[in-house]
Amino acid sequence: MTTILETKNLERTFGAVVAASDINITIKEGEILGVIGSNGAGKTTFVNMVTGYLTPSSGQILYRGQDITGKPTREITKLGICRSFQIPQLFLELSVIDNALIALTIAKQTRPVLLRPAIDEKLRAEAMEVLARFGIEQWAEQEITTLPQGVRKLVDIAMATVSKPDLLFLDEPTSGVSADEKMEIMRVLIDALKSTNTAVLFIEHDMEIVETFSPRVAAFYEGTILADGPTAEVLANDKVREYVIGGEFHRKATSEEAVS
Amino acid sequence: MIRNLDRTEITLLAGIPFLIACGLLLPQWVVNYIQVSLGTGLVALGVMIQMRAGLVSFGQGLYFCIGGYTAGLAGKFFGISDIFVLLLMGIATSVVISGVLGILIRRYREIFFAMLTMAVSMILFGMLSSSEELGSTDGFNLLPPTYLGWSPEGEVATFTLYIATVLPAIFCAIVLNRYLRSPMGYVNEAIRENELRVEYLGTSAHQAVHITYMIAAAVSSIGGVLWALSLGHVDPEMTNWTTSGQFVFVAILSGTGSIIAPLVGTFLLEILRVYAVDISPNTWQMILGTVMLLIIIFLPKGLWSLVERKRNPKQPKQPEPSAKVPGE
Repeated sequence: MTTILETKNLERTFGAVVAASDINITIKEGEILGVIGSNGAGKTTFVNMVTGYLTPSSGQILYRGQDITGKPTREITKLGICRSFQIPQLFLELSVIDNALIALTIAKQTRPVLLRPAIDEKLRAEAMEVLARFGIEQWAEQEITTLPQGVRKLVDIAMATVSKPDLLFLDEPTSGVSADEKMEIMRVLIDALKSTNTAVLFIEHDMEIVETFSPRVAAFYEGTILADGPTAEVLANDKVREYVIGGEFHRKATSEEAVS
Repeated sequence: MIRNLDRTEITLLAGIPFLIACGLLLPQWVVNYIQVSLGTGLVALGVMIQMRAGLVSFGQGLYFCIGGYTAGLAGKFFGISDIFVLLLMGIATSVVISGVLGILIRRYREIFFAMLTMAVSMILFGMLSSSEELGSTDGFNLLPPTYLGWSPEGEVATFTLYIATVLPAIFCAIVLNRYLRSPMGYVNEAIRENELRVEYLGTSAHQAVHITYMIAAAVSSIGGVLWALSLGHVDPEMTNWTTSGQFVFVAILSGTGSIIAPLVGTFLLEILRVYAVDISPNTWQMILGTVMLLIIIFLPKGLWSLVERKRNPKQPKQPEPSAKVPGE
Protein backbone atom coordinates (compact mmCIF):
# COMPACT_ATOMS: atom_id res chain seq x y z
CA MET A 1 0.00 0.00 0.00
CA THR A 2 1.22 3.49 -0.84
CA THR A 3 1.89 5.95 1.95
CA ILE A 4 -0.45 8.92 1.53
CA LEU A 5 0.34 10.94 4.64
CA GLU A 6 3.63 11.41 6.42
CA THR A 7 4.33 13.88 9.20
CA LYS A 8 7.89 14.68 10.21
CA ASN A 9 8.72 16.01 13.69
CA LEU A 10 5.51 17.99 13.86
CA GLU A 11 5.34 20.45 16.72
CA ARG A 12 2.84 23.01 17.87
CA THR A 13 3.22 25.35 20.80
CA PHE A 14 0.84 27.91 22.29
CA GLY A 15 3.13 30.31 24.11
CA ALA A 16 4.99 28.21 26.65
CA VAL A 17 2.58 25.27 26.30
CA VAL A 18 3.71 22.47 24.01
CA ALA A 19 0.49 21.00 22.60
CA ALA A 20 2.19 18.59 20.22
CA SER A 21 5.80 17.61 19.82
CA ASP A 22 7.81 15.31 17.60
CA ILE A 23 4.76 13.78 15.92
CA ASN A 24 5.85 11.29 13.27
CA ILE A 25 3.03 9.36 11.69
CA THR A 26 2.49 7.66 8.35
CA ILE A 27 -0.85 6.57 6.94
CA LYS A 28 -1.24 4.27 3.97
CA GLU A 29 -4.00 4.11 1.39
CA GLY A 30 -7.19 2.56 2.76
CA GLU A 31 -5.66 2.07 6.21
CA ILE A 32 -7.68 2.45 9.41
CA LEU A 33 -5.77 3.99 12.27
CA GLY A 34 -7.14 4.55 15.75
CA VAL A 35 -5.77 7.35 17.89
CA ILE A 36 -6.11 7.20 21.66
CA GLY A 37 -5.05 9.52 24.43
CA SER A 38 -6.50 11.46 27.32
CA ASN A 39 -7.83 15.00 26.97
CA GLY A 40 -5.02 17.41 26.14
CA ALA A 41 -2.77 14.67 24.75
CA GLY A 42 -2.50 16.47 21.40
CA LYS A 43 -4.79 14.32 19.25
CA THR A 44 -7.06 17.09 17.97
CA THR A 45 -4.09 19.48 17.68
CA PHE A 46 -2.51 16.93 15.36
CA VAL A 47 -5.68 16.71 13.24
CA ASN A 48 -5.99 20.50 13.23
CA MET A 49 -2.42 20.81 11.94
CA VAL A 50 -2.80 18.26 9.16
CA THR A 51 -6.12 19.75 8.02
CA GLY A 52 -4.73 23.28 7.97
CA TYR A 53 -6.68 24.77 10.85
CA LEU A 54 -3.47 25.25 12.82
CA THR A 55 -0.06 25.96 11.35
CA PRO A 56 2.66 23.78 12.90
CA SER A 57 5.34 25.63 14.86
CA SER A 58 7.86 23.32 13.19
CA GLY A 59 7.97 20.07 11.23
CA GLN A 60 6.60 18.98 7.90
CA ILE A 61 3.41 17.40 6.58
CA LEU A 62 3.65 15.47 3.33
CA TYR A 63 0.57 14.32 1.46
CA ARG A 64 1.35 11.98 -1.41
CA GLY A 65 4.86 13.41 -1.34
CA GLN A 66 3.66 17.00 -1.59
CA ASP A 67 4.47 19.42 1.24
CA ILE A 68 1.15 20.73 2.56
CA THR A 69 2.50 22.30 5.75
CA GLY A 70 0.64 25.52 6.50
CA LYS A 71 -1.69 25.33 3.50
CA PRO A 72 -5.20 26.70 4.07
CA THR A 73 -7.92 24.27 5.08
CA ARG A 74 -9.87 24.59 1.84
CA GLU A 75 -6.82 23.69 -0.26
CA ILE A 76 -6.11 20.65 1.86
CA THR A 77 -9.75 19.58 1.53
CA LYS A 78 -9.50 19.92 -2.24
CA LEU A 79 -6.39 17.72 -2.20
CA GLY A 80 -8.41 14.91 -0.60
CA ILE A 81 -8.06 15.25 3.18
CA CYS A 82 -11.34 15.81 5.02
CA ARG A 83 -12.50 15.65 8.60
CA SER A 84 -15.47 15.40 10.90
CA PHE A 85 -15.68 17.14 14.26
CA GLN A 86 -16.07 16.17 17.88
CA ILE A 87 -18.95 18.66 18.04
CA PRO A 88 -20.72 18.28 14.68
CA GLN A 89 -20.22 21.38 12.54
CA LEU A 90 -23.47 21.61 10.62
CA PHE A 91 -25.75 24.22 9.14
CA LEU A 92 -28.16 24.07 12.04
CA GLU A 93 -31.17 25.91 10.64
CA LEU A 94 -31.20 23.88 7.45
CA SER A 95 -32.50 20.38 6.81
CA VAL A 96 -30.30 17.29 6.56
CA ILE A 97 -30.73 17.15 2.78
CA ASP A 98 -29.85 20.84 2.47
CA ASN A 99 -26.67 20.23 4.47
CA ALA A 100 -25.75 17.40 2.13
CA LEU A 101 -26.65 19.50 -0.93
CA ILE A 102 -24.45 22.38 0.21
CA ALA A 103 -21.58 19.99 0.83
CA LEU A 104 -22.00 18.45 -2.62
CA THR A 105 -22.38 21.85 -4.28
CA ILE A 106 -19.13 23.08 -2.75
CA ALA A 107 -17.32 19.81 -3.47
CA LYS A 108 -18.22 20.05 -7.16
CA GLN A 109 -17.36 23.74 -7.49
CA THR A 110 -13.92 24.19 -8.96
CA ARG A 111 -14.34 27.95 -9.53
CA PRO A 112 -16.98 30.47 -8.45
CA VAL A 113 -20.24 29.78 -10.31
CA LEU A 114 -22.58 32.75 -10.11
CA LEU A 115 -25.58 32.20 -12.37
CA ARG A 116 -26.10 28.48 -13.02
CA PRO A 117 -28.63 26.91 -10.63
CA ALA A 118 -26.78 24.77 -8.11
CA ILE A 119 -29.37 22.16 -7.37
CA ASP A 120 -31.14 19.84 -9.76
CA GLU A 121 -32.80 16.45 -9.46
CA LYS A 122 -29.52 14.66 -10.19
CA LEU A 123 -27.72 16.38 -7.33
CA ARG A 124 -30.68 15.78 -5.02
CA ALA A 125 -30.55 12.07 -5.87
CA GLU A 126 -26.82 12.07 -5.21
CA ALA A 127 -27.37 13.72 -1.83
CA MET A 128 -29.96 11.09 -0.93
CA GLU A 129 -27.44 8.39 -1.90
CA VAL A 130 -24.88 9.91 0.47
CA LEU A 131 -27.44 9.92 3.28
CA ALA A 132 -28.51 6.35 2.46
CA ARG A 133 -24.89 5.18 2.66
CA PHE A 134 -24.93 6.24 6.31
CA GLY A 135 -28.48 5.05 6.97
CA ILE A 136 -29.93 8.49 7.66
CA GLU A 137 -32.07 9.07 4.58
CA GLN A 138 -35.28 8.98 6.61
CA TRP A 139 -34.16 12.17 8.37
CA ALA A 140 -33.57 14.03 5.11
CA GLU A 141 -36.25 16.68 5.54
CA GLN A 142 -35.61 17.27 9.25
CA GLU A 143 -33.95 20.45 10.45
CA ILE A 144 -30.62 19.69 12.15
CA THR A 145 -31.71 21.24 15.47
CA THR A 146 -34.40 18.56 15.81
CA LEU A 147 -32.02 15.60 15.40
CA PRO A 148 -30.58 13.30 18.05
CA GLN A 149 -26.84 13.50 18.61
CA GLY A 150 -26.12 10.19 16.87
CA VAL A 151 -27.76 11.36 13.65
CA ARG A 152 -25.97 14.69 13.81
CA LYS A 153 -22.67 12.84 14.06
CA LEU A 154 -23.52 10.79 10.98
CA VAL A 155 -24.61 13.88 9.03
CA ASP A 156 -21.33 15.54 9.97
CA ILE A 157 -19.35 12.54 8.76
CA ALA A 158 -21.49 12.11 5.64
CA MET A 159 -20.76 15.73 4.71
CA ALA A 160 -17.04 15.13 5.13
CA THR A 161 -17.19 12.26 2.66
CA VAL A 162 -19.08 13.90 -0.23
CA SER A 163 -15.88 14.95 -1.97
CA LYS A 164 -14.69 11.32 -1.84
CA PRO A 165 -11.55 12.01 0.22
CA ASP A 166 -8.56 9.70 0.23
CA LEU A 167 -7.96 10.41 3.89
CA LEU A 168 -10.62 11.11 6.48
CA PHE A 169 -10.10 12.22 10.07
CA LEU A 170 -12.92 11.39 12.45
CA ASP A 171 -12.64 13.32 15.70
CA GLU A 172 -14.37 11.22 18.34
CA PRO A 173 -17.11 9.92 16.04
CA THR A 174 -19.03 8.29 18.88
CA SER A 175 -18.70 10.95 21.59
CA GLY A 176 -22.05 12.08 22.91
CA VAL A 177 -23.67 8.94 21.51
CA SER A 178 -25.28 6.47 23.91
CA ALA A 179 -23.27 3.35 24.76
CA ASP A 180 -25.81 1.13 22.95
CA GLU A 181 -25.45 3.06 19.70
CA LYS A 182 -21.68 3.40 19.57
CA MET A 183 -20.76 0.02 18.10
CA GLU A 184 -23.45 0.07 15.44
CA ILE A 185 -22.65 3.65 14.42
CA MET A 186 -19.00 2.73 14.01
CA ARG A 187 -19.99 -0.34 12.00
CA VAL A 188 -22.13 1.79 9.68
CA LEU A 189 -19.28 4.27 9.32
CA ILE A 190 -16.48 1.83 8.70
CA ASP A 191 -18.56 -0.19 6.22
CA ALA A 192 -19.43 2.95 4.30
CA LEU A 193 -15.83 4.14 4.23
CA LYS A 194 -14.24 0.77 3.45
CA SER A 195 -16.31 0.52 0.28
CA THR A 196 -14.55 3.65 -1.02
CA ASN A 197 -11.05 2.60 0.12
CA THR A 198 -10.78 5.79 2.18
CA ALA A 199 -7.96 5.83 4.72
CA VAL A 200 -9.43 6.67 8.13
CA LEU A 201 -7.84 8.09 11.24
CA PHE A 202 -10.30 8.15 14.10
CA ILE A 203 -9.80 9.55 17.57
CA GLU A 204 -11.57 7.45 20.17
CA HIS A 205 -11.76 7.03 23.93
CA ASP A 206 -13.67 3.75 23.91
CA MET A 207 -11.05 0.98 23.83
CA GLU A 208 -13.60 -1.62 22.81
CA ILE A 209 -14.29 0.35 19.66
CA VAL A 210 -10.59 0.81 19.01
CA GLU A 211 -9.95 -2.92 19.38
CA THR A 212 -12.89 -3.82 17.15
CA PHE A 213 -12.37 -1.45 14.29
CA SER A 214 -8.74 -0.46 14.18
CA PRO A 215 -5.90 -2.84 13.25
CA ARG A 216 -3.37 -0.14 14.14
CA VAL A 217 -3.32 2.35 17.01
CA ALA A 218 -1.28 5.41 17.91
CA ALA A 219 -1.31 6.39 21.57
CA PHE A 220 -0.78 10.08 22.39
CA TYR A 221 0.42 11.33 25.74
CA GLU A 222 1.24 14.93 26.67
CA GLY A 223 1.66 15.98 23.05
CA THR A 224 3.86 13.10 21.94
CA ILE A 225 3.30 9.64 20.52
CA LEU A 226 3.86 7.08 23.22
CA ALA A 227 3.35 4.04 20.98
CA ASP A 228 2.28 3.33 17.40
CA GLY A 229 1.69 -0.15 16.00
CA PRO A 230 -0.69 -3.11 15.86
CA THR A 231 -3.61 -2.57 18.23
CA ALA A 232 -2.97 -5.57 20.46
CA GLU A 233 0.69 -4.60 20.94
CA VAL A 234 -0.04 -0.96 21.69
CA LEU A 235 -2.85 -1.73 24.11
CA ALA A 236 -0.58 -4.22 25.90
CA ASN A 237 2.26 -1.71 26.19
CA ASP A 238 2.90 -0.96 29.85
CA LYS A 239 3.37 2.76 29.36
CA VAL A 240 0.19 3.00 27.32
CA ARG A 241 -1.68 1.10 30.00
CA GLU A 242 -0.33 3.33 32.69
CA TYR A 243 -0.56 6.74 31.08
CA VAL A 244 -3.19 6.49 28.37
CA ILE A 245 -5.73 3.79 29.04
CA GLY A 246 -5.89 4.21 32.77
CA GLY A 247 -6.83 1.97 35.63
CA GLU A 248 -10.22 0.70 34.55
CA PHE A 249 -9.20 -0.83 31.25
CA HIS A 250 -5.97 -2.05 32.84
CA ARG A 251 -7.92 -3.95 35.51
CA LYS A 252 -10.35 -5.33 32.92
CA ALA A 253 -7.52 -6.54 30.70
CA THR A 254 -5.63 -8.10 33.60
CA SER A 255 -8.67 -9.96 34.87
CA GLU A 256 -9.41 -11.26 31.36
CA GLU A 257 -5.81 -12.46 31.07
CA ALA A 258 -6.13 -14.20 34.44
CA VAL A 259 -9.30 -15.97 33.34
CA SER A 260 -7.75 -17.13 30.10
CA MET B 1 -31.17 30.64 -18.90
CA ILE B 2 -34.79 30.79 -20.08
CA ARG B 3 -35.24 27.03 -19.56
CA ASN B 4 -34.44 27.15 -15.86
CA LEU B 5 -36.77 29.98 -14.83
CA ASP B 6 -38.17 29.43 -11.36
CA ARG B 7 -41.39 30.80 -9.89
CA THR B 8 -39.75 34.00 -8.64
CA GLU B 9 -38.25 34.73 -12.05
CA ILE B 10 -41.55 34.07 -13.83
CA THR B 11 -43.30 36.39 -11.35
CA LEU B 12 -40.69 39.06 -11.98
CA LEU B 13 -41.08 38.75 -15.75
CA ALA B 14 -44.86 38.92 -15.35
CA GLY B 15 -44.25 42.05 -13.29
CA ILE B 16 -42.96 43.92 -16.36
CA PRO B 17 -46.34 44.24 -18.18
CA PHE B 18 -48.00 44.79 -14.81
CA LEU B 19 -45.69 47.70 -13.97
CA ILE B 20 -46.03 49.13 -17.47
CA ALA B 21 -49.81 49.01 -17.03
CA CYS B 22 -49.40 50.74 -13.67
CA GLY B 23 -47.40 53.46 -15.42
CA LEU B 24 -50.20 54.01 -17.88
CA LEU B 25 -53.20 53.71 -15.57
CA LEU B 26 -52.26 54.91 -12.08
CA PRO B 27 -52.04 58.53 -10.93
CA GLN B 28 -48.66 60.12 -11.61
CA TRP B 29 -47.79 60.47 -7.90
CA VAL B 30 -48.17 56.71 -7.41
CA VAL B 31 -46.10 56.01 -10.55
CA ASN B 32 -43.41 58.34 -9.18
CA TYR B 33 -43.33 56.38 -5.95
CA ILE B 34 -43.07 53.10 -7.85
CA GLN B 35 -40.18 54.50 -9.88
CA VAL B 36 -38.31 55.83 -6.85
CA SER B 37 -39.03 52.60 -4.96
CA LEU B 38 -37.50 50.50 -7.73
CA GLY B 39 -34.28 52.52 -7.46
CA THR B 40 -34.04 52.28 -3.68
CA GLY B 41 -35.45 48.74 -3.81
CA LEU B 42 -32.35 47.66 -5.71
CA VAL B 43 -30.19 48.94 -2.85
CA ALA B 44 -32.37 47.04 -0.39
CA LEU B 45 -31.78 43.99 -2.58
CA GLY B 46 -28.05 44.57 -2.21
CA VAL B 47 -28.50 44.65 1.57
CA MET B 48 -30.68 41.55 1.40
CA ILE B 49 -28.22 39.36 -0.50
CA GLN B 50 -25.57 40.24 2.06
CA MET B 51 -28.01 39.36 4.84
CA ARG B 52 -28.30 35.91 3.29
CA ALA B 53 -24.63 35.52 4.19
CA GLY B 54 -25.35 36.81 7.71
CA LEU B 55 -23.86 40.24 6.98
CA VAL B 56 -25.73 43.47 7.73
CA SER B 57 -24.38 46.44 5.81
CA PHE B 58 -25.04 49.76 7.46
CA GLY B 59 -23.19 51.49 4.66
CA GLN B 60 -24.95 50.39 1.50
CA GLY B 61 -25.75 54.05 0.87
CA LEU B 62 -22.11 54.33 -0.20
CA TYR B 63 -22.78 52.53 -3.48
CA PHE B 64 -26.20 54.12 -3.88
CA CYS B 65 -24.40 57.45 -3.71
CA ILE B 66 -21.55 56.32 -5.97
CA GLY B 67 -24.09 55.37 -8.63
CA GLY B 68 -25.95 58.66 -8.32
CA TYR B 69 -22.84 60.82 -8.26
CA THR B 70 -21.24 58.91 -11.14
CA ALA B 71 -24.30 59.70 -13.26
CA GLY B 72 -24.28 63.30 -12.05
CA LEU B 73 -20.56 63.87 -12.53
CA ALA B 74 -20.60 62.26 -15.98
CA GLY B 75 -23.17 64.83 -17.03
CA LYS B 76 -21.61 67.74 -15.16
CA PHE B 77 -18.06 67.28 -16.39
CA PHE B 78 -18.33 65.24 -19.60
CA GLY B 79 -21.84 66.06 -20.81
CA ILE B 80 -22.79 62.36 -20.83
CA SER B 81 -26.53 61.83 -20.43
CA ASP B 82 -27.13 58.50 -22.16
CA ILE B 83 -28.78 56.24 -19.60
CA PHE B 84 -27.04 53.09 -20.85
CA VAL B 85 -23.60 54.68 -20.59
CA LEU B 86 -24.45 56.09 -17.15
CA LEU B 87 -25.56 52.68 -15.92
CA LEU B 88 -22.37 51.07 -17.20
CA MET B 89 -20.25 53.81 -15.61
CA GLY B 90 -22.10 53.38 -12.31
CA ILE B 91 -21.51 49.63 -12.37
CA ALA B 92 -17.84 49.97 -13.30
CA THR B 93 -17.13 52.57 -10.61
CA SER B 94 -18.84 50.58 -7.86
CA VAL B 95 -17.20 47.31 -8.90
CA VAL B 96 -13.73 48.87 -8.81
CA ILE B 97 -14.30 50.57 -5.45
CA SER B 98 -15.99 47.55 -3.84
CA GLY B 99 -13.28 45.29 -5.28
CA VAL B 100 -10.64 47.29 -3.44
CA LEU B 101 -12.62 47.89 -0.23
CA GLY B 102 -13.74 44.26 -0.20
CA ILE B 103 -10.17 43.11 0.39
CA LEU B 104 -10.45 44.69 3.84
CA ILE B 105 -14.16 44.29 4.54
CA ARG B 106 -14.43 40.57 3.68
CA ARG B 107 -12.48 39.66 6.83
CA TYR B 108 -15.08 41.09 9.19
CA ARG B 109 -18.41 39.72 10.42
CA GLU B 110 -21.38 40.75 12.52
CA ILE B 111 -21.17 44.17 14.20
CA PHE B 112 -17.65 44.76 12.87
CA PHE B 113 -18.85 44.36 9.28
CA ALA B 114 -21.80 46.67 9.98
CA MET B 115 -19.63 49.35 11.57
CA LEU B 116 -16.88 49.15 8.96
CA THR B 117 -19.31 49.50 6.05
CA MET B 118 -20.94 52.43 7.83
CA ALA B 119 -17.58 54.07 8.52
CA VAL B 120 -16.56 53.90 4.86
CA SER B 121 -19.87 55.38 3.72
CA MET B 122 -19.52 58.21 6.23
CA ILE B 123 -16.06 59.04 4.88
CA LEU B 124 -17.65 59.67 1.49
CA PHE B 125 -20.44 61.63 3.18
CA GLY B 126 -17.84 63.87 4.81
CA MET B 127 -15.91 64.34 1.56
CA LEU B 128 -19.00 65.23 -0.47
CA SER B 129 -20.42 67.51 2.22
CA SER B 130 -17.24 69.55 2.29
CA SER B 131 -16.79 69.72 -1.47
CA GLU B 132 -18.04 73.08 -2.73
CA GLU B 133 -17.33 72.04 -6.32
CA LEU B 134 -19.96 69.31 -5.97
CA GLY B 135 -22.54 71.51 -4.28
CA SER B 136 -21.56 70.61 -0.73
CA THR B 137 -24.59 69.43 1.33
CA ASP B 138 -27.00 70.78 -1.33
CA GLY B 139 -25.64 68.49 -4.06
CA PHE B 140 -26.35 69.32 -7.70
CA ASN B 141 -28.80 68.59 -10.51
CA LEU B 142 -28.41 66.00 -13.26
CA LEU B 143 -28.89 66.35 -17.00
CA PRO B 144 -32.14 64.84 -18.29
CA PRO B 145 -31.41 61.32 -19.56
CA THR B 146 -31.17 60.46 -23.23
CA TYR B 147 -31.58 57.05 -24.88
CA LEU B 148 -29.01 56.21 -27.58
CA GLY B 149 -29.25 59.76 -28.89
CA TRP B 150 -33.01 60.11 -28.43
CA SER B 151 -34.10 62.96 -26.15
CA PRO B 152 -37.80 62.65 -25.34
CA GLU B 153 -39.65 65.56 -23.77
CA GLY B 154 -42.68 66.14 -21.59
CA GLU B 155 -44.87 63.18 -20.64
CA VAL B 156 -43.05 60.92 -23.09
CA ALA B 157 -39.79 61.60 -21.24
CA THR B 158 -41.43 60.83 -17.89
CA PHE B 159 -42.93 57.56 -19.13
CA THR B 160 -39.74 56.54 -20.97
CA LEU B 161 -37.68 57.04 -17.83
CA TYR B 162 -40.23 54.99 -15.90
CA ILE B 163 -39.83 52.12 -18.39
CA ALA B 164 -36.06 52.57 -18.33
CA THR B 165 -36.22 52.12 -14.55
CA VAL B 166 -38.56 49.14 -14.57
CA LEU B 167 -36.54 47.06 -17.05
CA PRO B 168 -33.09 47.26 -15.39
CA ALA B 169 -34.67 46.80 -11.96
CA ILE B 170 -36.44 43.60 -13.02
CA PHE B 171 -33.34 42.40 -14.88
CA CYS B 172 -31.20 42.95 -11.77
CA ALA B 173 -33.73 41.14 -9.61
CA ILE B 174 -33.70 38.13 -11.94
CA VAL B 175 -29.89 38.07 -12.02
CA LEU B 176 -29.76 38.27 -8.21
CA ASN B 177 -32.29 35.49 -7.92
CA ARG B 178 -30.05 33.42 -10.19
CA TYR B 179 -27.12 34.29 -7.98
CA LEU B 180 -28.91 33.12 -4.85
CA ARG B 181 -29.77 29.82 -6.59
CA SER B 182 -26.21 29.34 -7.82
CA PRO B 183 -23.49 27.42 -5.97
CA MET B 184 -22.09 30.73 -4.74
CA GLY B 185 -25.53 31.68 -3.42
CA TYR B 186 -25.67 28.47 -1.40
CA VAL B 187 -22.16 29.11 -0.11
CA ASN B 188 -23.45 32.42 1.24
CA GLU B 189 -26.22 30.69 3.10
CA ALA B 190 -23.71 28.21 4.47
CA ILE B 191 -21.43 31.05 5.62
CA ARG B 192 -24.30 32.51 7.64
CA GLU B 193 -24.78 29.15 9.35
CA ASN B 194 -21.23 27.89 9.89
CA GLU B 195 -18.18 29.47 8.29
CA LEU B 196 -15.74 26.91 9.72
CA ARG B 197 -17.60 24.11 7.98
CA VAL B 198 -17.59 26.04 4.71
CA GLU B 199 -13.80 26.19 4.77
CA TYR B 200 -13.62 22.50 5.64
CA LEU B 201 -15.86 21.69 2.69
CA GLY B 202 -13.25 23.20 0.43
CA THR B 203 -14.18 26.75 -0.47
CA SER B 204 -13.14 30.23 0.64
CA ALA B 205 -15.65 32.09 2.78
CA HIS B 206 -13.68 35.32 2.31
CA GLN B 207 -13.87 35.01 -1.45
CA ALA B 208 -17.63 34.35 -1.35
CA VAL B 209 -18.20 37.36 0.91
CA HIS B 210 -16.07 39.52 -1.38
CA ILE B 211 -18.00 38.49 -4.48
CA THR B 212 -21.33 39.07 -2.74
CA TYR B 213 -20.15 42.46 -1.51
CA MET B 214 -19.17 43.47 -5.07
CA ILE B 215 -22.44 42.25 -6.57
CA ALA B 216 -24.40 44.09 -3.89
CA ALA B 217 -22.35 47.21 -4.67
CA ALA B 218 -23.04 46.98 -8.41
CA VAL B 219 -26.77 46.52 -7.91
CA SER B 220 -26.93 49.36 -5.38
CA SER B 221 -25.07 51.56 -7.80
CA ILE B 222 -27.59 50.79 -10.55
CA GLY B 223 -30.27 51.74 -8.03
CA GLY B 224 -28.40 54.97 -7.36
CA VAL B 225 -28.19 55.88 -11.07
CA LEU B 226 -31.90 55.18 -11.63
CA TRP B 227 -32.96 57.00 -8.46
CA ALA B 228 -30.82 60.03 -9.26
CA LEU B 229 -32.17 60.22 -12.81
CA SER B 230 -35.72 59.93 -11.49
CA LEU B 231 -35.26 62.84 -9.09
CA GLY B 232 -32.81 64.75 -11.31
CA HIS B 233 -30.68 65.53 -8.28
CA VAL B 234 -27.99 64.06 -6.04
CA ASP B 235 -26.74 65.12 -2.62
CA PRO B 236 -24.53 63.63 0.11
CA GLU B 237 -27.57 62.39 2.06
CA MET B 238 -27.49 59.42 -0.30
CA THR B 239 -24.51 58.05 1.62
CA ASN B 240 -25.52 59.20 5.08
CA TRP B 241 -25.94 56.41 7.64
CA THR B 242 -29.62 57.29 8.05
CA THR B 243 -30.18 56.44 4.37
CA SER B 244 -28.29 53.16 4.75
CA GLY B 245 -30.37 52.48 7.85
CA GLN B 246 -33.52 52.78 5.76
CA PHE B 247 -32.26 50.10 3.39
CA VAL B 248 -31.63 47.80 6.34
CA PHE B 249 -35.10 48.73 7.64
CA VAL B 250 -36.63 47.68 4.32
CA ALA B 251 -34.68 44.42 4.17
CA ILE B 252 -35.81 43.50 7.70
CA LEU B 253 -39.37 44.67 7.03
CA SER B 254 -39.53 42.63 3.84
CA GLY B 255 -37.59 39.55 4.88
CA THR B 256 -34.87 37.69 3.03
CA GLY B 257 -37.10 34.91 1.75
CA SER B 258 -37.41 36.20 -1.81
CA ILE B 259 -35.87 38.67 -4.19
CA ILE B 260 -39.31 40.16 -4.75
CA ALA B 261 -39.68 41.02 -1.05
CA PRO B 262 -37.37 44.07 -0.86
CA LEU B 263 -38.80 45.54 -4.08
CA VAL B 264 -42.35 45.31 -2.75
CA GLY B 265 -41.19 46.24 0.77
CA THR B 266 -39.58 49.46 -0.45
CA PHE B 267 -42.79 50.55 -2.15
CA LEU B 268 -44.83 49.71 0.98
CA LEU B 269 -42.40 51.69 3.11
CA GLU B 270 -42.70 54.71 0.78
CA ILE B 271 -46.49 54.53 1.00
CA LEU B 272 -46.33 54.05 4.77
CA ARG B 273 -44.10 57.08 5.04
CA VAL B 274 -46.50 59.18 2.94
CA TYR B 275 -49.42 58.30 5.19
CA ALA B 276 -47.35 58.60 8.37
CA VAL B 277 -46.30 62.14 7.39
CA ASP B 278 -49.90 62.95 6.47
CA ILE B 279 -51.26 61.66 9.79
CA SER B 280 -48.52 62.99 12.04
CA PRO B 281 -46.22 65.47 10.26
CA ASN B 282 -43.93 66.05 13.25
CA THR B 283 -43.69 62.54 14.66
CA TRP B 284 -44.02 60.34 11.60
CA GLN B 285 -40.84 58.49 12.53
CA MET B 286 -42.64 57.13 15.59
CA ILE B 287 -45.19 55.48 13.33
CA LEU B 288 -42.43 53.88 11.26
CA GLY B 289 -40.69 52.73 14.43
CA THR B 290 -43.88 51.21 15.81
CA VAL B 291 -44.49 49.33 12.55
CA MET B 292 -40.91 48.06 12.64
CA LEU B 293 -41.34 46.83 16.22
CA LEU B 294 -44.59 45.07 15.42
CA ILE B 295 -43.01 43.32 12.43
CA ILE B 296 -39.98 42.20 14.42
CA ILE B 297 -42.23 40.84 17.19
CA PHE B 298 -44.92 39.17 15.09
CA LEU B 299 -43.12 38.49 11.80
CA PRO B 300 -39.44 37.98 12.66
CA LYS B 301 -38.76 36.71 9.15
CA GLY B 302 -40.37 39.78 7.57
CA LEU B 303 -43.53 40.42 5.59
CA TRP B 304 -42.54 37.81 3.01
CA SER B 305 -42.99 35.10 5.64
CA LEU B 306 -46.75 35.70 5.25
CA VAL B 307 -46.46 34.66 1.59
CA GLU B 308 -44.33 31.66 2.53
CA ARG B 309 -46.82 30.55 5.17
CA LYS B 310 -49.58 30.68 2.60
CA ARG B 311 -47.50 28.70 0.10
CA ASN B 312 -46.23 26.09 2.59
CA PRO B 313 -48.83 25.79 5.32
CA LYS B 314 -47.50 22.41 6.47
CA GLN B 315 -44.35 21.94 8.50
CA PRO B 316 -41.83 19.34 7.27
CA LYS B 317 -42.95 15.84 8.02
CA GLN B 318 -41.45 14.28 11.12
CA PRO B 319 -39.87 10.83 10.62
CA GLU B 320 -42.06 7.89 11.53
CA PRO B 321 -41.75 6.81 15.17
CA SER B 322 -40.11 3.65 13.85
CA ALA B 323 -37.28 5.65 12.26
CA LYS B 324 -34.35 4.93 14.52
CA VAL B 325 -30.88 6.27 14.91
CA PRO B 326 -28.64 3.69 13.23
CA GLY B 327 -27.50 1.43 15.97
CA GLU B 328 -30.53 1.64 18.20
